[in-house]
Amino acid sequence: MLIFKVGTIASMLGVHRNTVTNWIKKGKLEASSYAARRYAVSRSKFVAFCKKEHIADPVMDRIIREFDSSEDKTAESSEPARTMHEADVVSGSDTQVGSVLVVGGGISGIQAALELADAGYYVYIVEKTAGIGGTMAQLDKTFPTNDCASCIILPKLVECGRHINIELITLAGVEKVRGRAGHFIINIRKNSSYIDADKCIACGICAQKCPINVQDEFNFGISRRKAVYIRYDQSVPLKYAIDPDACIYLTHGKCGACEKFCSTGAVNFSQAGQLITIHVGAVILAPGFRPFDPSGHDFFGYRVKDVVTSLEYERMLSIGGPTKGIVSRPSDNTEPRKIAWVQCVGSRNHNNCGNSYCSNICCMAAVKQSLISPEHISARNIEQTIFFTDLRSHGKESERYFETAKKAGVRFVRALPHTMEPGPDGTGVRMRYATEQGEIIRESFDLVVLSIGFEAPADAPELADLFNIELDSHNFAATSCMEPVNSSREGIYVIGAFQTPKAISRSVVQASAAAGSAARLLGGKIENSAARKKQYPGERDISDEIPSVGVFVCSCGVNIAGIVDVDQVVAYAAGLPFVTYVENNLFSCSADAQQVIVERIHEFGLNRIVIAACTPRTHELMFQETLKTARLNGFMVEMANIRNQNSWVHQQDARSATQKAKDQVRMAIAKVVHHYPLKQDSISLIKRALIIGGGLVGLEAALSLARMGIETVLIEKTGILGGNARNLDTCFKGEHLAPLIRELVRNASEHTMIRIYKNAELDSVSGSVGNFRAGIRIGGQIKIVEFGAAIMATGGREAQTKEYLYGKDQRVMTQMEFDKKILYHSDELSGIQSVVFIQCVGSREASRPYCSRVCCIHSVKAAIDLKHKNPDLQVYILYRELRTYGEWESYYKEARDLGVVFIRYERSSKPAVNKMKQNLEVRIFDPVVRCRIKIIADYIVLATGVVAHDNRYLAELFKFSVNSDGFFNGAHPKLKPVDLSVAGLFLAGICNYPKPVDESIEQARAAAFRVSSLLLKQEIKSEAIKAFVTDNCDGCAMCVDVCPFHAISVKQSASDDGRPWIAVDSALCQGCGICSATCPNGGIMVHGFTIDQLSAQVRAAVNGISSGHE
Amino acid sequence: MQFQPVIIGFLCNWCSYTGADLAGTARLQYPPNLRPIRVMCSGMVHPGLVMEAFGAGADGVMIMGCHPGSCHYGDGNKKTAARAMIISMILEDSGIDPERFELHWISSAEASAFAAFVTQFTRKIQKLGPIKAKG
Repeated sequence: MLIFKVGTIASMLGVHRNTVTNWIKKGKLEASSYAARRYAVSRSKFVAFCKKEHIADPVMDRIIREFDSSEDKTAESSEPARTMHEADVVSGSDTQVGSVLVVGGGISGIQAALELADAGYYVYIVEKTAGIGGTMAQLDKTFPTNDCASCIILPKLVECGRHINIELITLAGVEKVRGRAGHFIINIRKNSSYIDADKCIACGICAQKCPINVQDEFNFGISRRKAVYIRYDQSVPLKYAIDPDACIYLTHGKCGACEKFCSTGAVNFSQAGQLITIHVGAVILAPGFRPFDPSGHDFFGYRVKDVVTSLEYERMLSIGGPTKGIVSRPSDNTEPRKIAWVQCVGSRNHNNCGNSYCSNICCMAAVKQSLISPEHISARNIEQTIFFTDLRSHGKESERYFETAKKAGVRFVRALPHTMEPGPDGTGVRMRYATEQGEIIRESFDLVVLSIGFEAPADAPELADLFNIELDSHNFAATSCMEPVNSSREGIYVIGAFQTPKAISRSVVQASAAAGSAARLLGGKIENSAARKKQYPGERDISDEIPSVGVFVCSCGVNIAGIVDVDQVVAYAAGLPFVTYVENNLFSCSADAQQVIVERIHEFGLNRIVIAACTPRTHELMFQETLKTARLNGFMVEMANIRNQNSWVHQQDARSATQKAKDQVRMAIAKVVHHYPLKQDSISLIKRALIIGGGLVGLEAALSLARMGIETVLIEKTGILGGNARNLDTCFKGEHLAPLIRELVRNASEHTMIRIYKNAELDSVSGSVGNFRAGIRIGGQIKIVEFGAAIMATGGREAQTKEYLYGKDQRVMTQMEFDKKILYHSDELSGIQSVVFIQCVGSREASRPYCSRVCCIHSVKAAIDLKHKNPDLQVYILYRELRTYGEWESYYKEARDLGVVFIRYERSSKPAVNKMKQNLEVRIFDPVVRCRIKIIADYIVLATGVVAHDNRYLAELFKFSVNSDGFFNGAHPKLKPVDLSVAGLFLAGICNYPKPVDESIEQARAAAFRVSSLLLKQEIKSEAIKAFVTDNCDGCAMCVDVCPFHAISVKQSASDDGRPWIAVDSALCQGCGICSATCPNGGIMVHGFTIDQLSAQVRAAVNGISSGHE
Repeated sequence: MQFQPVIIGFLCNWCSYTGADLAGTARLQYPPNLRPIRVMCSGMVHPGLVMEAFGAGADGVMIMGCHPGSCHYGDGNKKTAARAMIISMILEDSGIDPERFELHWISSAEASAFAAFVTQFTRKIQKLGPIKAKG
């Protein structure tokens, strides 16, 4: 008996799923409905079917292997692959289950699932809504790069949707949890969608015919959706669902229009919900957050029509949103010209809603919205004001982003507006606010945006009960500094906003870290997992076919179509030589568009594809995969970048942009005609990692790798391990670090899989992913180390200063020096009366324009410790913006409660420190009481911030990028935070940006897991873009010397006529093509960039298309 | 109407093409005359291709690569620089104003430098006029 899913078998056969469904319907394939969207067919009947349909034997054999299920197993249970009897768990078999459950399909859950699935584990994603994507899918842009949020998340959603080792269970929730770490049995209730997912082709006719309108929760009620709906246009899975509370057939037995009009018979009102039992080794909880609802709080003025939440505003900004990206105020649908943002709504607000924490991201989100808004409002000179408490731009590049907004004319006002009322004619908003000096100002705005904070998910207490894990006082998951993604129960991990409010990048880091912890728990043993390997159907032989090009032109919402006349481009492309088929997609990257491309390839026999959309740097790989599923070689695609290099940069000149888009499409077609199938070689990997830096992060990463069975070489430039953490007493959560660091150093030093070299530095490096070779300088000697991947963990140090008498008076200390004093010389502190902390020393000014993220929390915590030891001590903190972000806000409150005095100062009027006879005197202008204050201090503690070590030589050796502050840049600030731009290289900790212990550990774990899942692969596929020698080569050897990788050599007598002959070592070749530009004869070229291909592009750029194919 | 030249730009994948993408993300506006061609390294651009571009009727050609010292392949851009000098000489010999060709370094972060250079180069070619009298 074969048990199969229609979709999977369809992709293996290279046909549309409806084709398979039709075979079954018409009785061609005698399969019967089984369970959970599966069908069953007897083996002999399947073989007969394959013979009749001329399906190739290898394909048939593979399908049989894949779906074979012995008869007796099926008799036992309806879900043979996934059910395990409870008795098995109680008796506790030793083999851990290699499957993992991820609860929540937002960016955190998706990332964790993809990481684990790529590493060979089978992952179930349980998502309560009808589609994955979470909050990120609702965002228009992400800070601080203004990247298009859907454009960066859509490829991930698509990947999740079609990953062979990921099973999406939508409209579902966990109902029961039994077992223990390594062996959990979990019952999932999947609500009925009343739509047969195998039949639904998402044509949308059901929604067109449905008479019932309800509020669309995806757009926060700004628009309405039908009772039969998809979560959003690019939703994954792209299957409609019926809302049982709204549908009048389900509630009143009337209507049934959707069923009547559905062309595939997908509507099934009698479809029952399912109870699914799965057996997993570990669980990752990523249920996200609940946006704060201001409606119950009169204070925030949300009842006023033109007051919206930041998420509602984000939907207005979104091109795919309810207003199509046009900002209009709800009262009269006119464009606002004067907009205000109110920060800290539902955050840092103990009195109104009990949320005393900071939601971490709202300041940057408001700055982002203010920077983006002018693109969505036609009027020039719009006025934008952000009302804030402390502007918290504590992330990488965030301070610059804040400065950019100031330069762009955004007004920043330190106040919390209140008493909001509608304007005189019922439109706009009148509000009051008190300035810092206590003056009451009345001001009117066209639109007010409430920057709402994060709350724990509404069902957090139930989740905690189900999984038996602990929550903190605000119902976020409780974790520790040293185990930041571990819940209180073994085998259950907590990530994303559910752990504490955070931005996307850290959520992604936590996802990788949790994936690593789960993998480590399961011991890398995946035998017992349902995991499968990705297989593509056999490639169609196109060697005898003439080029037949399919062109897909992406609208990218209105990102492209708003400027470029897409219809014109489509019509133009249709008339070009070799073009068989042209189509416009709303988003060519969406899951449904991939399906469409596959279908068109089959339908029209296309053998070359042009995608006119965004940049190949981010999306080419995805389209290559799509081609492979359609039985084409992945390299038969070429992209025309009509967004980043056209519609976005020619916004004022639609006509020329359209002309340029036509030219770009013509150039891509001219090139793709010359494409030919390419093969990728397999590269074996050296299963050894190199870690640079022996601080907390390096050691933690080394141990994580060693425990995954990967040998690690760690080099430390000093003679001591432990780094900065040795000088810290506790982490921010109060855990004592000294014993933990000692244990870490001991464990790493004693581990047989870890080799540590102290006083060692990198001298040289060569090679590429899987096969690097480095020279390590150790005491004048060079040691050669070969490794497959490396982690940069070079850390940073406390900055130096000459301000505030530092270096001239011993009572003026840096934070770390003061920590040492408290730790080792606390006797010297007895009898003192006053300590003054000065924040932002040398930070956030021209010479060092970033915020060091940790200093505010550090000082506030030190102040609390001082107050606990001696309540009579006067403690002052002089600050510019107090940035106790996220959960650390509780320290700020505690410090104020303990009587710590906070005085704000401006960059233009810094405090002055004078040396008096007995003690030190600090003078500062207090902007609240508006007078100069004199403080007598026994000690002054300077928060000098964190700087990166001067490690630019590493960046130069390895060729990755460093930002202008000296911190290493991840490959993508949001979605690849611990990858460097060079394959096989990763980064973690402070060398990326200043961060506290818990965030450093997360990055160490994340990077270690990314390394281990790379190195535990048997092999990886090499780049196909490599040099090759053509028949034109006459052996002149001019290419040999110019090759930077020594990949080209002369073979003297290999050819028949005894001529010298050139050979390329493809393992060494990196595909730069310097050889091909040097060759006078076209004797050596690079695949994908041959002379034919480039000159076709050149000619097409100037003239029409040439006859092309030779 | 002002003369709208056809300008072909060879952009290296790692720095200049990335910088050009970033210019898009940042919505920096520049003239629409550039027809970008992505190459792996500026050192991949054969002088013959530049000549072919002019021969086909391009009014201007630019090659953009990583700054010296930050070539993804080590020193591919040094070779580009050496070739650029030769290209200029050949152009002069062929009666084409070498001003119509330019080599420029743009890093992956220099979106505004990219937009500024494209703008400036386009203006220059507009002043120089069409490469051959049309018609």
